[in-house]
Amino acid sequence: MTTDADTADVRPAWRAHGTSRRSTHVLRLRACAALVTVTVLAVLLVPPLVQLDQQAVDLAAKLEPPSWAHPFGTDDVGRDLLLRCVYGLRVSLLVGVVAALTATVIGTAVGAAAGALGGWADRLVMRLVDTLSSVPHLLLGIFIVAMFRPGVWPVVISVALTHWLSTARIVRAEVLSLRSRPFIDAAVSGGASRWRVTVRHLLPGVLPQAGLAAVLMVPHAMWHESALSFLGLGLPTHTASLGTLIQGARGSLLAGQWWPTLFPGLFLIVPTLAVAGLAGAWRERINPRRRSELML
Amino acid sequence: MTHAPWRPMARLTARRALYAVPVLLVVTFGVFAVAAASPFDPVKAYAGTAALGADQETLDRLRDNLGVDRPFTARWWDWLTSALGGDLGQSAVMRQPVAEVIGERLLWSTLLCAVAFAAAVLLGTVLGVLAARRPGSLVDRAVTSAAYVLEAAPVFWIALLAVWLFALQLDVLPAGGLTDTGSDRVTFGGLIEHLVLPAGVLAVSQLPWFTLYVRQGVGDALAEDPVRGARARGLSERTVLLGHALRSGLLPVLTLIGSRVPELITGALLVETVFSWPGIASATVEAATAVDFPLLAALTTLATAAVLAGNLLADLLYGLIDPRVKLEEM
Repeated sequence: MTTDADTADVRPAWRAHGTSRRSTHVLRLRACAALVTVTVLAVLLVPPLVQLDQQAVDLAAKLEPPSWAHPFGTDDVGRDLLLRCVYGLRVSLLVGVVAALTATVIGTAVGAAAGALGGWADRLVMRLVDTLSSVPHLLLGIFIVAMFRPGVWPVVISVALTHWLSTARIVRAEVLSLRSRPFIDAAVSGGASRWRVTVRHLLPGVLPQAGLAAVLMVPHAMWHESALSFLGLGLPTHTASLGTLIQGARGSLLAGQWWPTLFPGLFLIVPTLAVAGLAGAWRERINPRRRSELML
Repeated sequence: MTHAPWRPMARLTARRALYAVPVLLVVTFGVFAVAAASPFDPVKAYAGTAALGADQETLDRLRDNLGVDRPFTARWWDWLTSALGGDLGQSAVMRQPVAEVIGERLLWSTLLCAVAFAAAVLLGTVLGVLAARRPGSLVDRAVTSAAYVLEAAPVFWIALLAVWLFALQLDVLPAGGLTDTGSDRVTFGGLIEHLVLPAGVLAVSQLPWFTLYVRQGVGDALAEDPVRGARARGLSERTVLLGHALRSGLLPVLTLIGSRVPELITGALLVETVFSWPGIASATVEAATAVDFPLLAALTTLATAAVLAGNLLADLLYGLIDPRVKLEEM
């Protein structure tokens, strides 16, 4: 048995500060929770509460470096970048959440159906999942968006259609392991139909796993949206999203202004890390033996 | 090992090649089905801006010539049969046959990806071992946090900041392309100079994953009995680390390399676009922007084939490196 928990016990020599580990752990968890809360609150509350126009152009103040008046500076037509970033995060987060939810619903339905039906249906579905996974996700997304003209819905659909595969695999595996438990046998011998067993007994069991996968998928979907928008294949350029902001900043970057590029990227990194930290803590809780693993 | 495992390896390769046939069939079929379901009009895409001034009769004739009105299954079958003969159609945006586009650009993409991947593997091994040596130490925490941040950072963002820093502020490396402006001869020195930045950024985007896995693998190996035994025999820390822990810890990671092809392609799509690198990944983005269906279809198929080849490579390496694994069972 060589889990990390064992590793920690074997080598006390250079881990004298073992007691402080627990507190940094809690600290990190709280920091992640706080960051996620701040992000969500900022995205929900700033636009209705702060009556500022993110599109307000001020050519006299274009490309100003960060200052007290504009903490993140201004872009090439003098729009405040902090405000643009918050609005951009709002759009990216919305796209990410909708895409992740859609992908989770599709993935759970397909995975549960495959696991519950079994036999050739299961094999066929999982072969299809394998096949689709062989196409790189971003490439598939690019293809779908190119065929359906860039826009919010094509982006959401392309992200959802490329991300349900992993959820389907997780849910199917979980359903298969639940199927062999005695309470399923009990339900079946009690005369429950296949539908009832699936909906009442199997699905509730897989929901925690599917939920965790959905939460982890949100930053991933946001990354996807940004990449598509950055390539000019995502949201229209006048809609502030984190991707379009970085795309729009390319001109001023080549002129030497770094701030319109830097800050939207940070707005993508920080929530991603926070969500990954929370999900890591959650996974540790349900499975304490397996310690931190790459959760991005 | 008593005999070379060539025969099982060949058998596995053959089996995977057979498996690749239905996968590629389904993927190309899906590509044509999506195109058929989309509002995209191949006639307009073919004619480009000329379609705006053309009369209906010409457009109808064009439509007839292109065979657009036939069911997509028939067009798919035609494309497939001519693709097997090496004819992948005509690319509208590049104004050349698709096969020629791929032939010209494949080399540059392969070069970029190979250099980047080699750099990521080397640097990742060094960083991973450094971090695993003393878990919880300053080095470990620095490496791990940096890896997580880099993993979360979008690669195009890193690329842009790298351009800003190295090409604009320090002015030590060119910002993109393959040659200096004003010349189109590719020289060796110039190539190296233009390769450093894109390959470096692509390497950095692949680095975190590799570093964290090496750290985990070597860290686990350090806690195992053989290492304890080696330490008890009084072997030097260097021998223990490099001869025992690294060797057994790196094996499982090396075999995962082949399965990273999708991420490599994703990274290449973005990096090549930022640096105007003339590879197939940037051609894909151009094809998508211009809705150049023949090129896009061919490149999607090619990427899928590359992923399948990567998976095969991973399994072959696994069987080759770990004698306990039977290739026949895969």
